[in-house]
Amino acid sequence: MDVRVQEEAFDLGVETSAFAARQTGMGAVVTFTGIVRDIEAGLDVMQIEHYPGMTEKALAKIASEAKERWSLGDVLVIHRHGALKADDLIMMVATAAPHRVDAFEAAEFLMDYLKSRAPFWKKEVTGAGQDWVAAKDEDEDALSRWE
Amino acid sequence: MDVLYFAWVRERIGQPKDRIETTAATVRDLVEELRAREPRYEAAFADLDALRVAVDQELADFDAPLAGAREVAFFPPMTGG
Repeated sequence: MDVRVQEEAFDLGVETSAFAARQTGMGAVVTFTGIVRDIEAGLDVMQIEHYPGMTEKALAKIASEAKERWSLGDVLVIHRHGALKADDLIMMVATAAPHRVDAFEAAEFLMDYLKSRAPFWKKEVTGAGQDWVAAKDEDEDALSRWE
Repeated sequence: MDVLYFAWVRERIGQPKDRIETTAATVRDLVEELRAREPRYEAAFADLDALRVAVDQELADFDAPLAGAREVAFFPPMTGG
C-alpha cells in the first residue's frame, strides 16, 4: 500500500508503470486520475487545502478497507494539495488485483470515499473572486452503495 | 487542547488554530464555548449542519465526548478527489 499526499506534480505514466511493474501474479491494474476542470468564469487557480496528519490517516484507512473488501494485490493513492491550474492532475488511484472486477470496484470505492471522507477542501479562484467548492449530495449518496 | 479550523471556517474565524483550556464534555459544549467568545466565532458556528468535526484526527459527531482529546478540528464537508 502506497499513500502519498504531496504538493509536487506526479507523472501519471511513470507512476502507473512503476505500480504495474512491482506486482506479481496480478491479472489487472486499474487507474483513475482526477484532473482540474476549468470553469466558465475561467479558473486562475484551484487551491487545495488539507489537514496534515489526518489526511494521511484517512487515506490509509480507506485503502486498508478496500484491501479487506476486495481481493487486491496492492493500492496506490496520490493526492496533491496547494495551488493547481486547469488541466493539472490532482490525484490518482491505482489498484492491482488477480481479476479485473476487483480492481475496478476497489478503484470506484476508493474514489467515492476519498471525495467525501478525506479532509481536502477545494477553492476556485477566478478573476471575479474566490469560492469554496461545495460538497455535492450525490457524492454523499454514492457512499450508500458500499454500506 | 488544540482547536483547528479549515477552509471557510478558518477564514471566518480569521486564524487556523486556537490553543484553549476547556472543561467542555462534548464537541457541542465546546462549540457553545467558542460561540460565546466573539461574533466571528458565532458566525463560523452559526449552522452546525454545514460543519464537520474530527476529534484527534478521526471524524466524529457533535455529541462525541472530549475526555482525553488533544485536538479537535472543525471544517466544511470535504471535497477531495
